[in-house]
Amino acid sequence: MSEHLKAVLVMAAVTYLPRMLPMVLVKSKIKSKFIKSFLAYVPYAVLGAMIFPGILYSTGKLVSAVVGFAVAVFLAFFNKKLVTVALGAIFSVYLWETIQVLL
Amino acid sequence: MDNKTDSRMEFNRGFRKGLPIALGYIPVAFTFGLLAVQGGLSPLLAVFISMSNLTSAGQFAGVNLIIAQANLLEIALTTFVINIRYFLMSLSLSQKIKSHMPAALRSVMAFGITDETFTVASLEEGEISFSFMLGLVCAPYFGWALGTALGAFINSFLPSALQNSMGIALYAMFIAIVIPAARTSKAALVVAGTGIGINSLLTWLPSINNISSGWRITISTVLAASLGALLFPKDSEEQCRNI
Repeated sequence: MSEHLKAVLVMAAVTYLPRMLPMVLVKSKIKSKFIKSFLAYVPYAVLGAMIFPGILYSTGKLVSAVVGFAVAVFLAFFNKKLVTVALGAIFSVYLWETIQVLL
Repeated sequence: MDNKTDSRMEFNRGFRKGLPIALGYIPVAFTFGLLAVQGGLSPLLAVFISMSNLTSAGQFAGVNLIIAQANLLEIALTTFVINIRYFLMSLSLSQKIKSHMPAALRSVMAFGITDETFTVASLEEGEISFSFMLGLVCAPYFGWALGTALGAFINSFLPSALQNSMGIALYAMFIAIVIPAARTSKAALVVAGTGIGINSLLTWLPSINNISSGWRITISTVLAASLGALLFPKDSEEQCRNI
């Protein structure tokens, strides 16, 4: 087996294990109120941490990222669909970068 | 309704929810395919990485290490640390799936847990079925593979301005998920806001900003979710579902 392939299989294993172990091992509903609440809040905590500040570096330019960020927040605030928000943000960043080049 | 129609409907419902995720994956995977091949990996291996790993940060880091000819232990440790957040997501989902689901199905659906499928699945109302999760993961999985293949084989299919702007897609999607939730629930607002605050501190504070992005997300998640559990403990099952 090539060295590259070996490395890839190791990567796949250490990526799969943390995904699989809790789900397979924890089969009952957890009783502790704190842990239950904690786990129910994990999605919101992850979302917050993943959005910011990562979004500022997502387009390669701070200003266009802020423009896309603002458009996404605006559209999401009015409960637009996921696709609409994503396309709106992409389009606004693209538009901004194109205008910058023209000016 | 019989069981078969039921699970087909669940699959379709999940599939539709996965489409925007797939859309967001294509440009990221494209970049991955491009970088992997430019770094000297074969295009087929790049696609195989995406189909066997199905993760962004871990793949980028792992491939950088492969290109730098790091040893196996270093590659294993680095990618594992980046992926520790999946442990929390899997644990959180274990409480949300149908409790009688057999271990074999659990271990199959666990493969499809990504930042995006996890957040979409966990904000579903009520319990999650295997069929729903399978449907949800389907389009993103193939979108991730397709994007990688395009980047690896074609190399220059998007103008760079468009490629750059598509980098914001997944973040915009996260925003579209979190804002409606934060508008209706103070707890969601506080927890997400705390996640943002802690991750910003960890990213920008001079003495600690050298920790990896995997640790940053994991630490922010643990602290923000703990604060939420302390401030807004949930009593009944009902409350747990409608945060």
